[in-house]
Amino acid sequence: MTRPDGWEGFAADWASDQRAFKTASWGKVMMWIFLLSDTFIFSCFLLSYMTVRMSTTIPWPNPSEVFALEIGGKPVPLLLIAIMTFDLISSSGTMAMAVNYGYRRDRKKTVALILLTAFFGAAFVSMQAFEWTKLITEGVRPWANPWGAEQFGSSFFMITGFHGTHVTIGVIFLLITAHKVWRGDFDNEKPGFFTSRKGRYENVEIMGLYWHFVDLVWVFIFAFFYLW
Amino acid sequence: MSEVTADTVGSIGPAEVPEVELYHAHTWLTKYVFCQDAKVIAIQYSLTAMAIGLVALVLSWLMRLQLAFPGEFSLIQSDNYYQFITMHGMIMVIYLLTALFLGGFGNYLIPLMVGARDMAFPYVNMLSYWIYLLAVLILVAGFFAPGGPTGAGWTLYPPQAILSGTPGHEWGIILMMASLILFIIGFTMGGLNYVVTVLQCRTRGMTLMRLPLTVWGIFTATVMALLAFPALFVGCVMMTLDRMLGTSFFMPSIVELGQQLTYSGGSPILFQHLFWFFGHPEVYIVALPAFGIVSDLISTHARKNIFGYRMMVWAIVGIGALSFIVWAHHMYVSGMDSYFGFFFATTTLIIAVPTAIKVYNWVLTLWRGDIHLTVPMLFALAFIVTFVNGGLTGLFLGNVVVDVPLSATLFVVAHFHMVMGVAPIMTVFGGIYHWYPKVTGRMLNETLGRVHFWVTFVGAYAIFFPMHYLGLLGVPRRYYELGDTAFIPPSAATLNVFITVAALIVGAAQMVFLFNLFWSLSRGKESGPNPWRANTLEWQTPQTPPGHGNWGKELPVVYRWPYDYSVPGAEQDFIPQNQPAFAKVG
Repeated sequence: MTRPDGWEGFAADWASDQRAFKTASWGKVMMWIFLLSDTFIFSCFLLSYMTVRMSTTIPWPNPSEVFALEIGGKPVPLLLIAIMTFDLISSSGTMAMAVNYGYRRDRKKTVALILLTAFFGAAFVSMQAFEWTKLITEGVRPWANPWGAEQFGSSFFMITGFHGTHVTIGVIFLLITAHKVWRGDFDNEKPGFFTSRKGRYENVEIMGLYWHFVDLVWVFIFAFFYLW
Repeated sequence: MSEVTADTVGSIGPAEVPEVELYHAHTWLTKYVFCQDAKVIAIQYSLTAMAIGLVALVLSWLMRLQLAFPGEFSLIQSDNYYQFITMHGMIMVIYLLTALFLGGFGNYLIPLMVGARDMAFPYVNMLSYWIYLLAVLILVAGFFAPGGPTGAGWTLYPPQAILSGTPGHEWGIILMMASLILFIIGFTMGGLNYVVTVLQCRTRGMTLMRLPLTVWGIFTATVMALLAFPALFVGCVMMTLDRMLGTSFFMPSIVELGQQLTYSGGSPILFQHLFWFFGHPEVYIVALPAFGIVSDLISTHARKNIFGYRMMVWAIVGIGALSFIVWAHHMYVSGMDSYFGFFFATTTLIIAVPTAIKVYNWVLTLWRGDIHLTVPMLFALAFIVTFVNGGLTGLFLGNVVVDVPLSATLFVVAHFHMVMGVAPIMTVFGGIYHWYPKVTGRMLNETLGRVHFWVTFVGAYAIFFPMHYLGLLGVPRRYYELGDTAFIPPSAATLNVFITVAALIVGAAQMVFLFNLFWSLSRGKESGPNPWRANTLEWQTPQTPPGHGNWGKELPVVYRWPYDYSVPGAEQDFIPQNQPAFAKVG
């Protein structure tokens, strides 16, 4: 069946029966809509952070001083954050490769790349834990900090904590996906334990959608919290 | 619609995707308790929602008793009164109406009406219900916690929501937050299912413009909920942190009982923005499914096609979109910039346009129809009248200059009860009387239904009409006792007694309804598969009640829109959606 291009194709798809998105399965659509909803959550978090940053009368701490690491006696601003960002964006690359090898049914490379992605994710969370520890030892608390407005600590722990939770959940599901690929569930269409739905390589791609989203959110947190 | 005459058998394409595997329950536990079948989940949702709704009903009785006879009841102190208000509002709006319309009607009707075997992802759908149940239990736990449930008002405005002067600041507010966060997580799981099922799991021939308006209403409301609940979620997380960790997202510097608290620099208005960015769409999350259901009830029971189907669809979508840019009309008295007020008043009044289109179309559907005054039809008509009523007072309150003096009075209470309390509840009842035969195979008792209808309908007006007048007199809302005030005449107290008596009677009438639900389960008249002679797919199932997987071996094929009633020349006055050509007379 040929489909017209552009807006005509869009209108034809939405006017058709059975499916509005002709090339996407329900699983992928469901993930996209979930991510749309999650976008609203992160947007609300970031907008709220900006609002309290404006509403407080106490000066805001300077992020490039707070998030600096001492290297050879000299403070290097945002060093750790730069590494974390690089790490997470690399993980998006390995995830995209995993999806590609999944559709080629190359089980071993898919597993290796998913595990590498999970490793980058775990490394990110570990660096975040290091960052939290460093700030906490310097006296930053959700309700106070030594340098200025207390909303600095509150927003920091809340937003990075919520994002870190997303990464952690992602790592857990990456490991589960890797296990399933390794076992051959997606080659044999093994039914899910709870869902009794057949396993498909598309699950790797759906997992990838989530992972890329978590990376994208980090870029915004990086821009609005650390650089501003 | 051209579908009326066109015999479109040839134009239906083949199935695009192979059918998905269904989970087949083998044990009693997976069949009736941890069940993945949307129909069972719908019944679980509905029963839970109605059970918690009864709690809200009793709370409203207690509030009315206090208002009519202040100081007469030792169990209602001022603290209790505020706790009753808070819990009543929260339960009715979220745990009853949202859950019942989307979790109950949505789960039951979407797969049947679009011709699917089940929701897109039944397992997640099941989780949705169990998380909802947990949220309800945590909410109820507030009644048993030390200090009782929170008394912050259903809007939960900080700073008062977490200060020690507010009842339930110890545990109630924390439990409320936990419950709301869980509700949102659970709802998201269900909501994703409803949206994806409508978009991706329709049967052959079922285009979006052939969907019954019920599905359009529930679908649009769900999309809105998925975008509006995040704001409440974030507000709840931040309020929980303020309360438990001492952060100052919403808390400015504040002196309490002569003590300077450790809070500083937060923005209480921020919470109001977050809350109403959720709260206003929430009004339409409750109203849009009602719009949809009422359209179907009216068309079916007036034996006439819905007037202006496409306009009805676009009105639903338009209202859904507009409702995201009107939220600050709840905040005219919060001290925000008056130019904002101008903007939000304008957008608010623009919503009246698509809403009026809907009302005109309902009336024009009724116009010269073959109206059967069945119980569902009575409730549907009551919805239209009540919604127009509540909508018109909304025009008053949408204007800044009129809202400012009225904002703190009972006029507002009367307005929102009419428009998003009574009106949607009328539809809930209408919907239950309409679809009960499909769910159980038996009709609800008609006489009891009529008694229930007339007492509820007349009673609701007896309650809320005088309340408008009290509001114009200046009787403030949120006060648990009026005391002696120069500007409120003593007759206001008499009117309060009248309202309370009406409220007690209306509440009692709901017991008739509950009795009817259980009595008809075994004693009701057998309904057959299609007692209302309706067109939509759910009435065409091979079994009544529909079995697991809804349809037989083959999914139904849809040839027409759902409103082919009284087609000239047709043998019967209805043509089901899955009937290819219609039999002509002679």
